[in-house]
Amino acid sequence: MTEPISLEALKAGDKAEFARFVETHSPAIYRLALRMLNNPQDAEDILQETFIKAYQNLPRFDGRSKLSTWLYRIATNEALMLIRRRKPEALSVDAPVSNGEGLAQEALEIVDWSHMPEESLLSDEVRRYLRQAIDRLPPTLKAVFLLREIEGLSTRETAEVLGLSEAAVKTRLSRARLALRERLSVYYRDRLEGKP
Amino acid sequence: MSTSTPLPSSQCRYLLDSLSEYVDGTLQESLCLEIERHLAECDNCRVVVDTLRRTVYLVQTLEQAQPTLPSDVRVRLFHKLQLDEFLEGDTVEGHNAEIAER
Ligand SMILES: [Zn+2]
Repeated sequence: MTEPISLEALKAGDKAEFARFVETHSPAIYRLALRMLNNPQDAEDILQETFIKAYQNLPRFDGRSKLSTWLYRIATNEALMLIRRRKPEALSVDAPVSNGEGLAQEALEIVDWSHMPEESLLSDEVRRYLRQAIDRLPPTLKAVFLLREIEGLSTRETAEVLGLSEAAVKTRLSRARLALRERLSVYYRDRLEGKP
Repeated sequence: MSTSTPLPSSQCRYLLDSLSEYVDGTLQESLCLEIERHLAECDNCRVVVDTLRRTVYLVQTLEQAQPTLPSDVRVRLFHKLQLDEFLEGDTVEGHNAEIAER
């Protein structure tokens, strides 16, 4: 297997080690940026900016968090900043868990699609629909969702990346999942009722 | 049958925020018991739990680790970082095969 990246070598300015660092982590950073921004050009900008910032900030990195967590943090900040510049209203109500807070008061879609056969659950159409539903999550929920559910970070790591408490991460993940459940329920309700 | 109704009781709403941790199996035991007692008598919440569990399953099945890094994006990244000399080697996770094969 490949050697773990050596922080000492990185800090000492070892170019080959930095290349290995880029090679190892760039797919995940690009994936995250692409899902956050839905735009390949923006994602590429964030990817490049993330590693440039990482290079510049390496001397100050204390190694208390994992290198990957630190990179995710840089990338997520860059992505959220770009979203803020483009669509300030998407992040304007950025108080703790304000996005989606009303969910518990809203009506819930109650349709039991949990017993639908696998092949209809795993179709390309469902994949596209789910993808779109994730893309439409408010950015603050989406960041938590992508890090926890897609990138597989722990609650603690996600909290570290986003500068949130672990409780806030859990709440946002819950809100995001419930929002997706809602969207999928609408989709399956229409299918079960025979709507196109 | 499908209905879009507010959950009937304040108990439903109170438990809603715990369901995500409940389906993960990470919720503290006392709350789990509370939820299970409630599920025994609330059809709506049972549907929410079942479909939430299914939602998590779908995400995990349909959404894992894609897309990877396109090779042209990788090349431009290395160029930007002045790491062109390291472009030839093996790629870590086996993507960009066309570059690795050269
Ligand atoms: Zn209930």
